[in-house]
Amino acid sequence: MTDEVLGRRRFLHGAALGAVGLAGVASLGGVIEASSSAAAGKSPGTAVTAKPVRQWAMVIDLRYCNGCKLCTAGCQAAHDLHADQTWIEVFEMQNAAGEKYFMPRPCMMCEDPPCVPVCPVSANFRTEEGLVLVDQNRCVGTRICMNSCPYQARYFNWSAPRPVPRQPFPQEPSWPVPQVEGTVGKCIFCAAMLPSGQLPECVTRCPMGVIYLGDLTSDVAVNGMGNTVKLSKFLEENDAVKFKESYGTHPRVFYIPGHGQDLDADATGS
Amino acid sequence: MVESEVFIVERTHGHDALVLGDGEVEPAGVTPSSHDRHEAIVAAAMSPVVETPRWWWPTVVVLAAVVLVGIVAWVVQLADGLGVAGYNDRAFWAIYEADLVAFIGVSYGGAVVSAILRLTGATWRAPLTRIAEATALVTLPIGMLFIIPHLGSPWKVWELVWPPYWNLSSPILWDFFAVSTYLLATAVFFYLPLVPDLPIASKFLGRRSGFHTTVLRAIYKVLGGSWEGTPDQKRLLHGSIGLVAIMVIPMAVSVHSVLSFAFASSSRAGYMETIFPVYFVVAALYSGVALVMLAVAAGRRLFHLEAFIHPRHLVRLGFVMVAFGAAYLYLTFTEYLIDGYSGTTDAAAWVREILVGRYWVPFWFYFVAAGVIPIMVMAIKRTRNAKGVTVAAGLVVFAMWVKRLVIVIPPASEPVVRSSLSAAGTAGTWGTYHFTWVPISITIAATAAIPLLLLVLFRFVPILPIAEMEELGAEETAKSETASHGGGR
Repeated sequence: MTDEVLGRRRFLHGAALGAVGLAGVASLGGVIEASSSAAAGKSPGTAVTAKPVRQWAMVIDLRYCNGCKLCTAGCQAAHDLHADQTWIEVFEMQNAAGEKYFMPRPCMMCEDPPCVPVCPVSANFRTEEGLVLVDQNRCVGTRICMNSCPYQARYFNWSAPRPVPRQPFPQEPSWPVPQVEGTVGKCIFCAAMLPSGQLPECVTRCPMGVIYLGDLTSDVAVNGMGNTVKLSKFLEENDAVKFKESYGTHPRVFYIPGHGQDLDADATGS
Repeated sequence: MVESEVFIVERTHGHDALVLGDGEVEPAGVTPSSHDRHEAIVAAAMSPVVETPRWWWPTVVVLAAVVLVGIVAWVVQLADGLGVAGYNDRAFWAIYEADLVAFIGVSYGGAVVSAILRLTGATWRAPLTRIAEATALVTLPIGMLFIIPHLGSPWKVWELVWPPYWNLSSPILWDFFAVSTYLLATAVFFYLPLVPDLPIASKFLGRRSGFHTTVLRAIYKVLGGSWEGTPDQKRLLHGSIGLVAIMVIPMAVSVHSVLSFAFASSSRAGYMETIFPVYFVVAALYSGVALVMLAVAAGRRLFHLEAFIHPRHLVRLGFVMVAFGAAYLYLTFTEYLIDGYSGTTDAAAWVREILVGRYWVPFWFYFVAAGVIPIMVMAIKRTRNAKGVTVAAGLVVFAMWVKRLVIVIPPASEPVVRSSLSAAGTAGTWGTYHFTWVPISITIAATAAIPLLLLVLFRFVPILPIAEMEELGAEETAKSETASHGGGR
């Protein structure tokens, strides 16, 4: 039953991806690796080029975040969230020198997500594209995933969700709008928008170009200002770090520290 | 402590010390005949069943009303969402989780008094076992029911028992297995010693008539099965009780261990503690014995069992309780010391908040009410009596509930996103759980449900384990006779 449900979801994902592609980023992706995806949903004979399986990632360039919180506002508007449901939350931090800086925190989309094994009804799952999602129709609301998440990235629906005027997609894990009362919700990297080449809301809303959406498969990342970088090079050159690496979660969100550092570095890769 | 040892030794060497006699009640040297004793036990055990004291109905009505208020509160929560219970994203676990742990915890008293005392051959337990096991039988389902208000979507609770959805790697599912197994064992453990009492109870009803009696007879007949008290049956029953007594102990240990995993399977300071399973089990034993003491004291008083349950029974239970209490105090000390001394930034901050920060009031309340006072009550001769230990037990039950709040709430409210990217980060902001009338009403309702269900239960089953008391009484008499004939001293 579980496998069947997950399988169906993967199939839908795969089908959507195959149909639409990822125009914005894929066109810039250099290397397309052969995919072992079983969920392509294409009939044999047509597959001349194997469809790549995206491995979504995010880069957050802390050097440029000014704490305007437009990412949070955009996210909440897009998903019709309550004001305290900050799926991407901007934390105010202080560095060793006592200077203030800001740190946006979306879901880390862990490669080894602690929230998945603890759920008694298997409502959390990780897609083959590396997205950790919640099936809110399954979720019973034990909140044990909120306990296990070391990033405080999960938000419960303590009351009825905000009324939603219209929906571009039916309510499902990749587009959980409206939220379901009594269940857990969290950042989804705007999963349903990715196959059509749309960037997540937080990425497009950021006026500073802080947030990049990346794909580890094609090794590119792009921010809302249209800057496209080679992901691995960008991370390496800017000494990117992962949040709480010691927790063994292997996040797919990379932070470029550097508050107080020389901003002349090859920040955007342009 | 020398005093107390002498105290026990003196009492147990009394001629008929264990079941009937007590210098305070019976005139010295008078041993009632076994027939009289049988009659007396049966009459006392059945009195709650056949007699309705004046206070019974008013008490039951008041308790039922309190339970009803709790149900109304739950309906309100169902309509308005879990938010009305004071929860928020920065305090995602609080009172219901503490209730779940505390109410399942108090069911441990039954396991201790019955199983451990049974296996260690402590014959003085005899008049207490029925009340103890009944307390376990009643509190465990109440504790399990707290899963319902705890869940955000209780209408989906069926998913937890729907195997295709099971995620076997989830501690909550382990809880579910452990607690249901334990409930079954508790029910069996309540039922088996009851079997030989049923024909006696049936006989006691005699030619009485009326609806209640008819129902009772039918129940006794069904539950009694084919029990005739033949030697074979007795052997089988004893064997079974012994087996269940052995099994119920590891089961009880597993329940609270697994319950603690649900908290400990995280990276939060204050939850991720290797001490947690032991800590939870000892806490459960501690509060469980305390609740049994309250039930025993109340049953003794309300149903006039003074001839069978003596102050020394309560005092002995008090010693058992305080032993667990001291162990729990020690574990608490160990946990906070190590986390505060050598823990990470998060762990040290958590300990600080509990000891001197925002949670200092409930913590130090626990420390005084369930840490210091019970030990003092047992240590000081003037307070080491039925009244003293009962008051101590009441304090322990309440303070251990408060302690569960101290265990559950702080880690669920702690800032796990501090400035981990730099060494000298901000302290982070703590979440706050706001107590509201909804969960408080539900908690009070659950508390009221314990005496309510016990009062109802003892309308149906004898409050004293008749067969066990006679058996152990006879054994004890034989023992003391041998001792006096042997003339060693």
